Formats: sequence, structure tokens, C-alpha cells
Amino acid sequence: MDIQVRVWRQSGPSDRGRMVTYDVKDISPDASFLEMLDVLNEKLILDGDDPIAFDHDCREGICGMCGMMINGVAHGPERATTTCQLHMRHFRDGDTIDIEPWRAAAFPVVKDLVVDRRAFDTIIQAGGYITAPTGTAPDAHATPVPKADADAAFEAATCIGCGACVAACPNGSSMLFTAAKVAHLGLLPQGQPERQSRVLDMIEAQDEAGFGGCTNMGECTTVCPKGIPLTLIGRLNADYRKAVGKR
Amino acid sequence: MDLWNLGDPIRDTAAPDGPIETRWERRRFAAKLVNPANRRKLTVIVVGTGLAGGSAAATLAEAGYRVRSYCYQDSPRRAHSIAAQGGINAAKNYRNDGDSIHRLFYDTVKGGDFRARESNVYRLAQVSVNIIDQCVAQGVPFAREYGGLLDNRSFGGTQVSRTFYARGQTGQQLLLGAYQAMERQIGLGNIEMNARHEMLELIVVDGRARGIVVRDLVTGEITTDFADAVVLASGGYGNVFFLSTNAKGCNVTATWRAHRKGALFANPCYTQIHPTCIPESGTHQSKLTLMSESLRNDGRVWVPLAAGDQRAPGEIPEHERDYYLERIYPSFGNLVPRDIASRAAKNVCDEGRGVGPGGLGVYLDFADAIGRLGRPAVEAKYGNLFEMYQRITGEDPYQVPMRIYPAVHYTMGGLWVDYDLQSTIPGLFVIGEANFSDHGANRLGASALMQGLADGYFVLPNTINNYLADGPFPAVDATTPEVVAARTGVEDRLNRLLAVDGDRTVDSFHRELGHLMWEYCGMERTEEGLTKAIGLIRGLRDEFWARVKVPGTGEQLNQNLEKAGRVADFFELAELMCIDALHRRESAGGHFRAESQTPDGEALRQDDEFGYVAAWEFGDRPTLHQEQLDFEYVQPSTRSYK
Amino acid sequence: MAVDTKVRPVRTKVPATRSTVSLKILMAVTGLLLVGFLFAHMIGNLKIFVGAESFDHYAHWLRELGAPLLPEQWYLWIQRAVLTAAVLGHIAAATILARRARKARPVRYAHRPKVQGSYAARTMRWGGVIVLLFVIYHILDLTTGTLNPVGDREHPYANVVADFAPDRWYVTLWYALAVVAVGLHLRHGLFSAARTLGQRTARGERIVRRAALVLSVVLVAGYLSVPFAVLTGLVS
Repeated sequence: MDIQVRVWRQSGPSDRGRMVTYDVKDISPDASFLEMLDVLNEKLILDGDDPIAFDHDCREGICGMCGMMINGVAHGPERATTTCQLHMRHFRDGDTIDIEPWRAAAFPVVKDLVVDRRAFDTIIQAGGYITAPTGTAPDAHATPVPKADADAAFEAATCIGCGACVAACPNGSSMLFTAAKVAHLGLLPQGQPERQSRVLDMIEAQDEAGFGGCTNMGECTTVCPKGIPLTLIGRLNADYRKAVGKR
Repeated sequence: MDLWNLGDPIRDTAAPDGPIETRWERRRFAAKLVNPANRRKLTVIVVGTGLAGGSAAATLAEAGYRVRSYCYQDSPRRAHSIAAQGGINAAKNYRNDGDSIHRLFYDTVKGGDFRARESNVYRLAQVSVNIIDQCVAQGVPFAREYGGLLDNRSFGGTQVSRTFYARGQTGQQLLLGAYQAMERQIGLGNIEMNARHEMLELIVVDGRARGIVVRDLVTGEITTDFADAVVLASGGYGNVFFLSTNAKGCNVTATWRAHRKGALFANPCYTQIHPTCIPESGTHQSKLTLMSESLRNDGRVWVPLAAGDQRAPGEIPEHERDYYLERIYPSFGNLVPRDIASRAAKNVCDEGRGVGPGGLGVYLDFADAIGRLGRPAVEAKYGNLFEMYQRITGEDPYQVPMRIYPAVHYTMGGLWVDYDLQSTIPGLFVIGEANFSDHGANRLGASALMQGLADGYFVLPNTINNYLADGPFPAVDATTPEVVAARTGVEDRLNRLLAVDGDRTVDSFHRELGHLMWEYCGMERTEEGLTKAIGLIRGLRDEFWARVKVPGTGEQLNQNLEKAGRVADFFELAELMCIDALHRRESAGGHFRAESQTPDGEALRQDDEFGYVAAWEFGDRPTLHQEQLDFEYVQPSTRSYK
Repeated sequence: MAVDTKVRPVRTKVPATRSTVSLKILMAVTGLLLVGFLFAHMIGNLKIFVGAESFDHYAHWLRELGAPLLPEQWYLWIQRAVLTAAVLGHIAAATILARRARKARPVRYAHRPKVQGSYAARTMRWGGVIVLLFVIYHILDLTTGTLNPVGDREHPYANVVADFAPDRWYVTLWYALAVVAVGLHLRHGLFSAARTLGQRTARGERIVRRAALVLSVVLVAGYLSVPFAVLTGLVS
């Protein structure tokens, strides 16, 4: 199939950037979206142009490295699918596809479609962990965990940290990301001792990083490749309210 | 012999003798310790943030060392350990099914086709139980039963149920546990994290590993970093095949650069090829995706009986199908180990009976299972895998059989290390998939996660003390001649890559190299093929340095320059892999030499001649150092699955 | 092995009361308070269908509410103060959050389809501004009587009837638009408040969303019934 892409090109953080149109010919419908960009880049290199920079690594939907706005939708038109798992068969011959980087103050553009997501790491640093230095652990069966809690914790823990939630949120909020970690650890008995400090510290770090606030619109969960539910934000809010109350 | 030299044999002098059960305990007691107050004065560089590197960095920082971590991704959480699906083994014996440390040890040595060190594997089995405790304490949400206790599943090559798992995302959950422990230490200022930095050279001063040369992938700046010890946790080299289940960025550069500086590279030819991957769909293919081994519990593998049969699978009647695994291996059927299943698939495809584009695929058919169990039951068991298959191929596996084909998955070889996980360069430690230590010639399922975390959480933090106790070592700075040389070497090499300005892209070379390796150093290797491959690799490498086109400059984010450096190292590694495969005139685990097989086509080991680890020293002609493997506790036998 | 005895660094740069979540909680609480008032106000309005006397009596009763414990009109002024504080708090928090949201996305997308959530959700901010303007007008109209054609504080029934007279259809239209804006605002606002205050189950979410819809419709219907009754002559 032949398509046209309009891609955000920005040579570096200080460049203003613009959309540039490219024709991509003879793409197999079985190619993935990133493979389509690979093909385009091969051509750009041989033509002496600068290839398009984009982040990607595992290409099987789990590392969370890839991500771009495709026609204004984070990770593109397929639900519960990362960009690397999106295939060209979901587009039509002759389509024009707009590709932009994640847009958020906390995710500054590095080059083209590559953004800096270290703000997510700082949120985790603030409290997204259970303090359990190596060697201090009791036997794994010392504390049984109800299956329902373990399963719910797992669901929340499947977040891949790709940033689509932030990219899609009209407020540029990272609440879904933070809420997923707060829920994952807060649902487990091992996470209880730090439950209050965790939520306070993570929210503070999130605010400091320049993410916006949540207005419960649900855009985030719609584009989340792992389907992290919006309800987790309610859980975070409840934890936060209690933690502030007790402080 | 004209391809390599034979050097002196080597021994692992760090492992204690005596009863295997107490070797680790005795080693820990004999190892020197570092006073907590002195640990602050000692710096350790850790390259890579996967299960091994992440857990090591966190644990060393908790112990009080100053740690500086590096990864090429944008965050330590992206390391490819995250993609591991199945689970992690541990000899907990929570099932009361006869499991024990000794049985895990035995299974692992046997699974590795008797090409691993007993001492290391025993220790791995011992610390496996601590890993589960540690991970649960960190909040890893393992699957649980209704009683609230941990669930287990079975995996290939064992008769007990000892695999702990978190749905099909065990690697992700374990890595996030290590990542969170690491982020906590970063927040406390004990680890300095350098994401989007790639190690391009090892700095060796006075015979000790003292630092690395890194490139900031965003600005292109080349910097040097110094420490009292360097830990490489940079993963495996499966991407030498271009198409593999590895992440696109996985590379051999860190370990290869260390190898060039004197670290021995052991068993490079041992490659694990996973039988159930989604086949290539065309020349655009950039990577291969694994479908969990568990599918073979209910799926039946078949190809048409007649070569060149182009009919749709549904139109091929039952009596014109060949369920070849069930036919050849009646007692294990579709559940034979990975190496056997992979080779059988290759054989039927070589006979022209493969299906799908290019005839490189076999059917994995669930029609019987759906008929027997009903669609809802199959959906409950494999729903997410079926979805993933459909997402990638656009075909509905409930309606038409899946097409699968083997793909490169894991590399057992790596830098040679002793019992302390120290390479032949003092102060250079190598952990996880990057070393060669525990899996012999073939790795069992769910053992990679075990080894990575064992090395990072429990082994390295204990053994590195013994080395660091002699530190801090004399200061090194940017003007030290060895540092200047290392740095200049890196800069020259990058400039050379940029200066070629030829007419072929890096990917086109990588793809061609991968084809070559798959053809001649893949599932079946022959003397003739390997000899030919070495010539072809050398030719292609020369062409690479004459015709490659790397756009842009070195002073910016330049993903093609990154790739070019990695591919250049893959060329050198590829040659060594072929030499290693050529010299090992036996079949063992993931290494199958057509010349060494039983009359019915099974792998035939030559224990007397090749019962050793092949540790290669870098040189124009590599030098082979043999480490003889002694088996005191497990007697080598022939694996049979018929 | 581990000698990890360091305590976590205390983070005190931004007080928790100014965090985005705290501001959202403030919005939820003030919003719910205002919704409670809206319902009480609506029930009072519906007394207009009982007749002029009853309606005027109700209006007078409001001034005496709380007596003899409180002097006359004190309760009314306390309520006014609380409501004003709630409105100001609600608006202040919304303004801070809106500014933070704008700062969080300094560069806009070139290609951006409409927010996929409901119309109500994406009109919260402008809807809120419309409602505020209406409230100001509404107070000048029917509380102080400044903009009312009758403006007789002793006879609110007459004020209302005069207000929505057929020849002043534009007032009715403006009123109706504002009431619909309130309804839309609440449709998302009620759910959002519940979520902000910790509603966290999928089933609960379905109930809350449905309840929000029902309450919004009831409120809109209740408020619209008065002007339309006047307009159609049902009340005169």
C-alpha cells in the first residue's frame, strides 16, 4: 500500500519544529507501524536526508519505550495496543497519517518523536517502591495475600510507563501512571507501612515535575495499552485524602 | 587450526573444593569484607539495568557503595528482561512434589547438556529460594492461589512444579521490583543513574578494570567514568542474527569491548533457538515475537505430508498431514524440549513442507483442543496469546492454525567468569546473560530470570567485596595514558564510521549478517557451512567499512551511529561464534553439528573430547583456553525424548 | 549485607494542601455543597405551583429561618457567606488547576480529535464560566431585584411572573441555557467529585454516573418548569 505521513520534525530541544510530509510507497499491510517508519528511514538515509528519530526497543508491547501520537491518538487507532504492535493493515491505501511526539511540559522533546520521560522515574523515586533491602526478606509464604488482592495488584502493576496517559490527557496529567503504582503497592500487605507517605510523596513529585491535575475525563484509560482502569485514580484519591488527614 | 591458536588451559580458582552443599557458604566466609564506613569510599560502575544489573545496583547501593549505573534506554525500567513471559524457577518445594535444591541443580546441569559448572549451578539452586522471598517482600505480584499462597506452574525439562509466575509477564514484574529498589537508591543519592548512555569501551589501568568510556546518546558527548570495579550486566548477543526475540537495541558492544581488552569470551556458539515464534511475514520484518512455550500443551504441530502443498490448512485432509513431533517422539510428542522442537521444524521446512510465506513455518493447530475442551476453555487458557497472535498476523487462530517458526531467543555463551563472577580482567565482573556461567549448552525455561536475579541480588554483592577490600585503588583521571588511549580509540572509531559515507544502510548490513548467521550458524551447523560463513562474514565486514552510510554527525542524537557501532562489533563476534562452532565438533544443547548425530538424527555429545568450556582470548587469530568440566555429583548421560 | 539505614528524604517543598489532588478535593467538596443548595433552591422554586401566597410565604420564611435561636436574617446571611466562600473556593481551585493544566501542555497537538469523553466533561471550564455569569445576573434579577421589571422584594411571586413574561422571551432563553449549562456541569461534576473523594469500583462508577445523569436531568427539569410555566401561562 502507498500512504503519506506527516511527521513532526524537530532537530533538537531548541528547534521550533514543524510537520513534514513524506510519501511511503509499497508498504506491506503486515508491516508494523514502526517497520513502516524503518522503511521510510532507509529511504531517507540513502537520499541523504536525516532519518526520523523515534524511541522503540522490545517491539513486542512491553518495554514501554515506543509511543507517538498517530492522527491525534496516543499509540494510534487500535485499542490496548502499543505503537510497535500496531500494524499497517489498520490503515487504508492512500491514507495520510499525522505523527507527533507526546506533548507535555514534563516530557520535553529530545528530537523528532523522541521525548524525555525521566519525570516518570522521579515519581517512582519519590515513593513508588516498598523498602525491602536485599537480604531482609522473610519467607515468601510468611504473609498470605488474598488472591483477589494479588490479582488486582498485578493488574495495576502491568503499567509499562509509556506515557500515553499523559500524552492523551487534556491536562497533561500523569495521574493514571501514579495511581497504578499506588494501587499496585497499596493493595499488598507488604506495601502497607509506606502507604501514606508513598501517596503524599508521589503526588508531590508529580506536581513538581510539571504534570497537570486530573479532571476524571478518562482519556488516559482509553489509550492505555495495558487498559489500566480509571477506578485506580479513585483509589489514589482516597489514599491521599486519608494520608493528608492523618498528617 | 589455522583459524585459532590453542592456549593454556584455565581453571576457576575462586570456587572452593569439598562438599558442594557448603561451597557457597565457605566462599562467602573466606571472602574478604569491607567495613561499612569504607564502602562509601568505593565506587562501582554497573552497565545495564535489567534483572542482573538493576538488582546488583540496588543491592550494592543498599550496602553502602557508591554506584553509577548506565543504560542505553531512556529509563532503567526498559531493559529487555521486561519481556520475559513464563516464570522464574525456585527450589521452594511448596508443592511437596519432591523438589529440592539438589533436584533443581540436577535438572539445570542436565538441561544444559552437561556443559555447565557444577559449583555455579548448585549455588544458583541454593539462592533461588531467597530470590522469591526477596521479590515478594518488594511487592512483586506473583500469581496466588485462593488460600493466599503462591501458585506454581510446570515448565519444560522438569518433572516438578517449581515455576513462580505473574501471568505471562513475570519478567516485567520482577524487573519492576528491581527497578523500584534501584529508583529508591537513586532518590537517596546512592546511585547516579545515567540513562541514554552507551558504554563504548572498557578502561583497564595496571591490569585492573577501572572505568568505561561512554557516549551520551542525546548530545553525542564522549565522557569517561572511573571506579574501583566495573560490572557488566549488558545482556546477550542474540541480535547478531538481526531477527531474534531480543529488543532492537540489545547488543554485544559492552562485553565485546571488554573481550578486546583481555576478558575471555566463553562458548559463544551456544545459542538458544525457541521453537514457537511468529514467523517472518516479509522483508520489512524487524524482529520476531515469541509465543509462550505453554501453547504446546494443547496445540498440535503439523505440516503437509507432501512437499510444496499450497492448499489452505483447512483443505488438507487428516491423512495428508504429518504431525511430525508426535510421529518422531511418541512419548513426549509436542512437548519435547526447545532445541529438539526447533530442529524438527527446520528439518520439515528443509524438505519443502514448510507453510506460509517462503515456506518457513509450521502449523500449531488448536482445532482438536477447541473440539475437546470447547472454545471458552481454550480462550481462558490462552486468550491473551491468541489475541497477540491475531494482532501481529491478522489471522484468527480460533479459525485457522497458527503458523510458528523457531527464532533466536537467548545466548548461553558470554564473558568467562570464575565462581566470584569475575572475568579474567581483575575488577571486571560480569552478571546475568552477559556471562556464560550457569546454563551450559542449553538453558531451561524460567531459568534466565533466576540467574539474573541470583547474580545481582545475592552472588555479586557478596563476591565483589573480596575484590573491593583491596581498594580504593590509585586515582585515575582523564590524563592517565590508558584513559586517553581508550577515549581516543572510541572517538576515532565513531569518526571512521561517519567518514565512510557509502551507499548502504547499517540495517542492510545487519540484515545480511543475520541471514548469514542463521543459515550457517543457526539450528544446524556443519564444518563446510561454518568455514564458508567465516569467509562471507569477513567479506561483508570489509564491505561494511567501505560502503556503510551513517547519516548525521556524532554530536547529536544519532540512532544510526549507535546501530553502526553495534553492528561493527557484531561482525567480529559473528566470526568468533563461527570459529567456536567450527572447533566444537560435537552436538550439545543449542549447538547441533550435523557431523555429530546419532543414527536417528539426535544430538551426539563427545564428552571425552569436548567436555570443556571454550574460553577465547581476543587476537587476530583467537586463542582457545579450555576449562575442563568435572562432574562429581551428576553423571553425564544422553538425553532422550522418544 | 544491607546496611541501608538511611531514612527517606522529607519532601516539604509544596504543602500537601496546595497539591493538585488537594485542590481537586476542595473543588469536590465545594461543588457538592453548591449542588445541595441547588436542590433546596429547586424545591423552594417548585412551591410556585402551589400559588402566590405559598411562594411568598416561603420566601419570607427563609429570612426567619433559624429564629429565634438566631436573629432574623442571620441564617440567610450565614448561608450566603458559606455559599459565596464555596463558589470562590471552587473557582479559585479551578483557576489554579486550569493554569497548571495549560502549563503542563505548552505545545499543542497539530492533529487532535475532540476529547472522546462526553460533551459535558470537556465543557467543564467554559460551562463553569457561563454558570458564574448567570449566577451574578440571577442575584441582580431575583435577589436584589435590580434588573427585575418589578423588583418588589416583598412579592417574589410577582417578580418571577414578570421576569418570564412572554414578551421577555430572551430572559427565559438565557435562563434556560444557563440551567442546561448547570446540568451539563453537574453531569460530569458529580461523577468527578465522587471519584475525587475516593470512589474506586467499576460498579460504583456505573451507579455514580447514572445517578449524576438522573440528578442533572431532575435539576434541569425542576428549574426549567418555572419559567416555562410562566411562559405558557400555567403560572400567572
